[in-house]
Amino acid sequence: MRFAETLRVAVEAVRLNRTRSLLTILGIMIGIASVSLTVGLGQGAQDQVRAQINALGSNLLIVSPGSTTTGGVRGGFGSATTLTRANADALANEAVAPDIAAVAPVVTSSQVLTAGTTTWTSSVVGATPAWQGVRARTLAAGRFLTDSDVDQHSKVVVLGADTAAELFAGSGGVGQSVSVNGSSFTVVGLLAASGSTSSTSSDDDLAVLPWTTAADAVGTSATTVSTIYLEATSSDTLSAAYQEASAALSSLHDLTAADTADFQISSQQSIVEAATATDKTLTILLGGVAGISLLVGGIGVMNIMLVSVSERTREIGLRKALGATPTVIRRQFLLEATTLGLAGGVLGLAIGGLGAFLLPKLIDQPVTLSLWASAAALVVAVGVGLVSGVYPAGRAARLAPIDALRRE
Amino acid sequence: MTSTAVRGTERPAASEVILRLEDVRKTYSTGELEVHALAGISLTVQEGEYVAIMGPSGSGKSTLMNILGCLDTLTSGRYALDGVDVAELDEDDLAAVRNKRIGFVFQQFNLLPSLSAWRNVELPLCYSGTPPAVRKERALAALDRVGLGSRVLHRPGELSGGQQQRVAVARALVTDPAMILADEPTGNLDSRSTDDVLNLLDELHGAGRTIVLITHEAEVAAAAERVIHVRDGLVSEADHSRRTREP
Repeated sequence: MRFAETLRVAVEAVRLNRTRSLLTILGIMIGIASVSLTVGLGQGAQDQVRAQINALGSNLLIVSPGSTTTGGVRGGFGSATTLTRANADALANEAVAPDIAAVAPVVTSSQVLTAGTTTWTSSVVGATPAWQGVRARTLAAGRFLTDSDVDQHSKVVVLGADTAAELFAGSGGVGQSVSVNGSSFTVVGLLAASGSTSSTSSDDDLAVLPWTTAADAVGTSATTVSTIYLEATSSDTLSAAYQEASAALSSLHDLTAADTADFQISSQQSIVEAATATDKTLTILLGGVAGISLLVGGIGVMNIMLVSVSERTREIGLRKALGATPTVIRRQFLLEATTLGLAGGVLGLAIGGLGAFLLPKLIDQPVTLSLWASAAALVVAVGVGLVSGVYPAGRAARLAPIDALRRE
Repeated sequence: MTSTAVRGTERPAASEVILRLEDVRKTYSTGELEVHALAGISLTVQEGEYVAIMGPSGSGKSTLMNILGCLDTLTSGRYALDGVDVAELDEDDLAAVRNKRIGFVFQQFNLLPSLSAWRNVELPLCYSGTPPAVRKERALAALDRVGLGSRVLHRPGELSGGQQQRVAVARALVTDPAMILADEPTGNLDSRSTDDVLNLLDELHGAGRTIVLITHEAEVAAAAERVIHVRDGLVSEADHSRRTREP
C-alpha cells in the first residue's frame, strides 16, 4: 500500500472519531499553546526592554572618565577630567575609528534656571549638534542646536520636556527666555519626552546649550568633557567601535597594558543583556513547565492509541487477512498518531495565537510570537505524536490475524 | 495472478490440485497440556471444486480454516496452496498469499463500517498496490457480479445482512483468487439470505471458482459437491459421494 493511501486511511481514522481525537490531542494542544505563549511572553518582554534601551540611542557607547586618586583616596568613575575635546575629535576621525558614525562630547553641570519668577535646578548640558542624533532624541517643537550656534557662541537653549513643563507650566516655551547662571538664553527648541523609564530622571530634565556658550556663561571647561557619546555605524559593529575607541583613547592617554585605564566605556548592549537575563531565566522555567504538559499530552496520545488498537483489533485482523503486512499496519498507526500530534500542534498554535492577541489587553505585557518558535513547536508536536505512536503501532503490527478476527 | 486463475464461465476440462494438505498437525501447548487441534490431516482439493468442511464445534475445523487461510502456521506437515508451499513462509509472504490467492468470506461479514461498499471491496487491491483507477473498475465489476451494482455507495450499515455478505463475497472475488474460503458464511443470516448467499456461491462454482466452505450445518454443507467431515482433529470420513452438478 502506498504511503499516500496509508496516510489517507490514518487521517480518515482520526476524522471518524472526531470527539475522541479532539480529547486525545487536548494535552498536546495545551502544551503547545502554553509553550508558544510562554516563549512569546519572554520574547515580548525582551523586545520591550530592548526597545526602551534603544530609545536612549541605538548603537550607543558611553565613554566616561576614570577615577582620580587624591591623596590615596580613589574617587569614583567620572571624577577625573581625563577626557578632552581633542580626544573626541580624534574619535570622530574616520581613519582612527572607522566603525564610529558620530561623536557627541558633552560637559554637564547642575545649574539654576530662571524663567520670570520660576526657578528650577536642572542639568545643563554643553553639547554639539551631533548630540541629538547620537542620543536619538526628537524635538517636540522648534529646532535643535546648529553648528553656527556653536561657532558664534549663540545664547540659545533646548529644554527637556520636564524642564520646560516646570519652567513654563506647560505653556510651550519656544521663543521665551531663560536665565542660566545670570545670562539670558532664548529657548529655540523643546525635546520630546524620551519615554525611557530605565535611566535616571535626567533624560527629560535638562537644558542643552552650545558647549561654547556653556563655557562662557556657566564656566564649564572648554577643553575637558564630562562624557563622550559614541554612535557605532550599526549594531554589528558595536564591539568593533568599542575596541577602536578603547585603543585610540589608550594611545592618546599614553597608557600601556599595565596601566589602569583612566576612562570607562559602557554600551547599551551590556545593559540590555543584564535586563533580559532575568526574563530569559523565567522564560526557560515557564517553558520547562509547559514542556512537561506537552510530555503528559504525549502520554495521553499513547494511551488513547493503545485503546484504539485494542478496540480495532477486528479491523486490524481483517486488514491482515486481506493482505496487509505488519509494516503497513505499523505505518498506519504511526501515521495516525503523527496526524493527531500535528492536529494538536496546529490547534495549540491557534490557541497560542489567540492568547497572544488577548493577553496583552489583560496584563499589559507584549507577546511576540516568532515564526521559528511556532515551527519548532509544530515539529515537537509531530515528534511527540510519532513517539507516542511507536508502542501502540508495534502492538497493532504484532497482532495475529486469527486472534484479531476471533475477537467479538 | 497465477495462470491457474479461471475467469471463464465454463468449468475447465482438466482439474489441477489447488490445495494439498499432507499430515498437517497443529498443536497448542497450554502449560503442561498439549492440545492436538489437528492430528494429521491429509486432503486435496481440485481446481474448480466446491468442498464443504463440516464438523461440530471443537472438531478442529476452525483451526483447519485458519491453516487453509494462511492465518495460522502449522506445527508439522505440508500445505501447498496453488503450487506454493506455505508451511515455511514468513509474515510478509503469508500476507501476500492471503492477499492474492485467497478470498475470505467471514461469518461476521467483517466489512469496515466507515467505508462504502466499493471502498470495502477494493481494500485487498489497495494492499496489492493496484492503481486506484484499476481498483475502482474491478471493485465495481465485482459488485455488479454479486448483484449489488446499484448499491456501491452504500455503507455496510445501510445494507441488509444478506447484502453485506454479498459485498464480502465481492471483496473475496476482486483479487481473482485461487480459492474462496468461506467460514460459516451463512451463520449470521436468516434463511432467505442464506439461500441468497448459497446461490451466489453456487453460481461462482458454476463459473469455475474453487470454493471451500466451512460450516457445522448439514443443510449448508449439502450445497457443496463434496463434504469433508472433521472430528477430533482428523478427517473422520472422506466423503467420496460427489454430487454431480445438474446442468
